[in-house]
Amino acid sequence: MENIISIFVRSIFIDNMIFAYFLGMCSYLAVSKNVKTAMGLGIAVVFVLGVTIPINFVINEYMLKAGALAWISGSMKEVDLLFLQFIIFISIIAGVVQLTEMVVEKFSPALYGALGIFLPLIAVNCSILGGALFMVGRPYNLIEATTFGIGSGIGWLLAIVALAAVREKMKYSDVPKPLKGLGITFILVGLMSLGFLSFMGFAV
Amino acid sequence: MAEVAEKEIKKSEGLFSKKNRKLLTDPLDANNPVTVQVLGICSSLAVTVQLKPAIVMALGLTFVTAFSNLLISMIRDTIPSRIRIIVQLAIVSVFVIVLDQLLKAYVYDVWKQLSVFVGLIITNCIVMGRLEAYAMANKPWPSFLDGIGNGLGYGVILVAVAFIRELFGSGSLFGFKVLPSWYIGNGLMMLPAGACIIVGIIIWIQRSWNGYAEED
Repeated sequence: MENIISIFVRSIFIDNMIFAYFLGMCSYLAVSKNVKTAMGLGIAVVFVLGVTIPINFVINEYMLKAGALAWISGSMKEVDLLFLQFIIFISIIAGVVQLTEMVVEKFSPALYGALGIFLPLIAVNCSILGGALFMVGRPYNLIEATTFGIGSGIGWLLAIVALAAVREKMKYSDVPKPLKGLGITFILVGLMSLGFLSFMGFAV
Repeated sequence: MAEVAEKEIKKSEGLFSKKNRKLLTDPLDANNPVTVQVLGICSSLAVTVQLKPAIVMALGLTFVTAFSNLLISMIRDTIPSRIRIIVQLAIVSVFVIVLDQLLKAYVYDVWKQLSVFVGLIITNCIVMGRLEAYAMANKPWPSFLDGIGNGLGYGVILVAVAFIRELFGSGSLFGFKVLPSWYIGNGLMMLPAGACIIVGIIIWIQRSWNGYAEED
């Protein structure tokens, strides 16, 4: 249990997807112009990460790893399908995203109105595939992997909402013209990332 | 729009006509994928602590963009538009797997350093962005050049950032010490935060130079 809490807190604050690894930066920069849409995209990311990481974990464990196919028959023990990892992971992510979109559209039009337009964007958000690849590289079990997925999602949500809030205020500041927009946003992200560094060294 | 673009490139035109050359040079400055189109930011920040992985990454991305552009452009008329994202992802991931295996076989240390970022080329927005914006509507050869151009445009920024970070961060280039021994590495440059600030400043310089301004 302690382990789970530690993974959760680590993935939100210390190994934050944005500030420590810069994953999902493209949509992070593009959709952080106001808090409301940022919140929508953030929640969608939490959801998709929380669903795809456990699925990818199971697939990796029982299909792709060296010797993972031993449960079919003894002769499959030698098979190592790891080189298929990327294509399988990305298909699962794209599939889950598409499925989620359809389910949400069918059962909750209100939620679809809020999240719908962001869902297709998420299939190509690097934080989702990045999360899956990080998960593979670490010795997690299923529960830990799920916690890691949800935690990373929340970390991403926190980061995008924080940046959107700052950018809303930035409208009223007098930024030099060539620096306006993208340039100042980068510097802002850099400063926020420095701030998040203060969480480093916390042993949870 | 697409039809017009296709008609303009006639058969009689040379492989490196002025228009095609423009496809190569435009992304280097005026239409740079990183600083103007805001694509592929993640990896340009994450792999630039040292020059060597940055260059390998840039070449890798150029390879993937160019060939997936070429292939998608060849089959663009047969892809049903509803499932085109999945088709694109599948093709891109095939090339990324090839690249991943190649790097693993020939430059193992760099492959280790790049870790997940080779895999993340699949979701690199430059690849997807160029597929959607260019290859789906243009002929194979211009698409191929467009891919190479954008890969190189990305490479220019990557190398610039990596140069500054490695020089000031650890006083070396390609792992060789170039600054005198009294120079103490600037820790900020090695941090992700440093990369962000450097990219911000590069954008600033580039935009005050070419006069591009953003309405916000």
